[in-house]
Amino acid sequence: MLRWFGVVIASLGLLAGQPAQAQERFITVASTTSTQDSGLFDHILPLFTQKTGIQVRVVAQGTGQALDTGLRGDADVVFVHAKAQEQKFVEDGFGLKRFAVMYNDFVLIGPASDPAKINGVKDIASALQAIAAKGSPFVSRGDRSGTHAAELALWKAVGIDPAKPQAGNPQGGNQNWYREIGQGMGAALNTAMAMEAYVLSDRATWLSFKNKGTLQISVEGDARLFNQYGVMLVNPAKHPHVKAQNGQAFVDWLVSPEGQAAIGQFKIDGKQLFFTNAGQQGA
Amino acid sequence: MIHPMSFEVKTGRRLVVLGPNGAGKSLLLRLCHGLLQPVAGQVHRNDHHPAGRRAHAMVFQMPVMLRRSVFDNVTHALATVGVPSAQLRSRAVEALNRFGLTGFSERPARLLSGGEQQRLAIARAWALRPDLLFLDEPTAALDPSATRLIEAMLGDLHAEGVTLMMSTHDLGQARRLADDVVFLASGSLVEASEAKQFFNDPQTQQARAFIAGDLVW
Amino acid sequence: MTANGRNAPKPAFGKRAHGLWLAPFLPYDGPMMDNASPFMEALALIMRLDPVFLGIVALSLRVTLTAVCLTALIGLPLGALLAVSRFPGRSVAIVAINALMGLPPVVVGLTFFLLLSRSGPLGGFGLLFSPSAMIIAQASLVLPIVIALTRQTIEDLWANYREYLQSIGMGPKQAIMTLLWDARFSLATALLAGFGRATAEVGAVLIVGGNIAGVTRMMTTAIALETSKGDLALALGLGIILVGITLMVNALAFGMSRIGVRHAG
Repeated sequence: MLRWFGVVIASLGLLAGQPAQAQERFITVASTTSTQDSGLFDHILPLFTQKTGIQVRVVAQGTGQALDTGLRGDADVVFVHAKAQEQKFVEDGFGLKRFAVMYNDFVLIGPASDPAKINGVKDIASALQAIAAKGSPFVSRGDRSGTHAAELALWKAVGIDPAKPQAGNPQGGNQNWYREIGQGMGAALNTAMAMEAYVLSDRATWLSFKNKGTLQISVEGDARLFNQYGVMLVNPAKHPHVKAQNGQAFVDWLVSPEGQAAIGQFKIDGKQLFFTNAGQQGA
Repeated sequence: MIHPMSFEVKTGRRLVVLGPNGAGKSLLLRLCHGLLQPVAGQVHRNDHHPAGRRAHAMVFQMPVMLRRSVFDNVTHALATVGVPSAQLRSRAVEALNRFGLTGFSERPARLLSGGEQQRLAIARAWALRPDLLFLDEPTAALDPSATRLIEAMLGDLHAEGVTLMMSTHDLGQARRLADDVVFLASGSLVEASEAKQFFNDPQTQQARAFIAGDLVW
Repeated sequence: MTANGRNAPKPAFGKRAHGLWLAPFLPYDGPMMDNASPFMEALALIMRLDPVFLGIVALSLRVTLTAVCLTALIGLPLGALLAVSRFPGRSVAIVAINALMGLPPVVVGLTFFLLLSRSGPLGGFGLLFSPSAMIIAQASLVLPIVIALTRQTIEDLWANYREYLQSIGMGPKQAIMTLLWDARFSLATALLAGFGRATAEVGAVLIVGGNIAGVTRMMTTAIALETSKGDLALALGLGIILVGITLMVNALAFGMSRIGVRHAG
């Protein structure tokens, strides 16, 4: 029996060691699905690794989950887009310091059939009101992500609680027009396409999404659709094992002219997805 | 269920435990061999065996063949009783030769016929050099020609000096093979005597009835 | 995925998708072949031996094979021990293990996530988001299957062999080696069943692995990701390979039992 356990532990040691990879320097970054799915990391990370020799392993989760991962010490760096939550993260001592990195915007995506008749509307508030009034299907991520947080903030701003039945839904709008799916942006877009529903998306994911079907941008350009990204090193005081030096190197690189240039150069269909604003006041 | 009994197994002779089905023959054999422990009461043995030699071996009615070759079946048994690995091969070959199984040596044991498997079981048991060989109705599942072969093998073993204790419900077999007879019925020892005496002049009514071919219980 | 220059300009998209299920078979503006369906693109991906694609397959096989080996090392002796031993509470143990066969993978994933997290009891090893964590999670899923199937097989065999093995002086503990070897074909089938289950699962490895590109991205988690990105070609390609592996494993299991009967009876 003991012989067996010896073999088991030896093999576990072999696996956990993973000789070749254990020698590599790497950091773990908890980030969002929007940054991953858009292809940004595939573009900028090789540049960072080339310069520093540090491999970056990205665990892509919703913003809420990413912050949670940093809180538990399972990541070295957190890179998300929910400013209020990021600031709280630093205040509570889990993050060392927050740096603004880049921004883009959200867009309201909708089906070509446009049941709520909001295509081309410039005011997000009236668009949302129209959707709620008509009971047109709306897909929500419902996963504590940055996009979800932004979406909820917008509903709150127009004074609508989408989970509650809306007063007087004419034209046969059903009560179940608001559909929380608890999944990432890609899944939400897939679902919206299948249901012919509206969905709030970040522009980057939308542009790189390959299954657009009959979906199109319904509303864009409203100032309230602004989407800021920030990065933080997980506080080594809370989690001593955090790779503080390499993690900070990544944070520094992101806000450095080199990193910012790399981010700015990332384009899909000739369109830039993320606009850099490190060091900008109030970002 | 076996009632208390006492009898003698004489060295070098063939003892046949005879009786109708359900008499307790298999039970008795297993108790003697030590495969079963009595729930109440004890098994007393007055045997002594030289150190290092396996005292007993047993052959069952349905031979248990391991899922490996004929040869490996024998070496497995030898290794289990502690034969040093240097001798495993030679003793296995010896056993197979002795009983005419060399041609089957590499064949998967389970693919042999019933009679061949039983021969292997006996060869395997013999390889262990037992002083006393138990056999529990060894030919009950075999056809007459296989039975004849097995009985011949047992005759050879007897000639070598191996003590045999065999159970059977077959009167004819008992007549052919027995030196001594222990006759059981309903878990009790009814009669024990030399074979000649048992068959020519049975002392008990049940034995008489059994030999005459009547149903006994 | 940047392996194929996904940033290349795409022509105008003029088709209407009649529901999601049709999407794989409709022409789509994929980067490599204009007007080729995702299915054809998937086949092209496989033929081309795309390195990222191959990396995902290789990692999946490495993780699952290691998990099954670990499971075999632990589960086969344990199952055999359970089969031949008699102790109070044995029936309870058997029922419990049978029940664990149906353990939901996501529950296993969540459990190990909590255990292996830096904030958890086993955090010191730093195993979360690594292939080792995935191996552990998969092994945990497969272990009950192997133990239960082994126990069943060995118990049946022990009933057959017990008297003979006892008559040559072999005790239950020593008999385990003999029993395990004799049951080798059935046990191999049990391990293949475990392999099949591990290969197919996505929940546990997603949670404990984190689906990190090039590090913990396996076939199943990659399919989930690429589907959510709308990159159906890659998802389909991986799916084809996954189904292929499953078929092969089942063919192996079938062949094994046939060979077993033919060669050893």
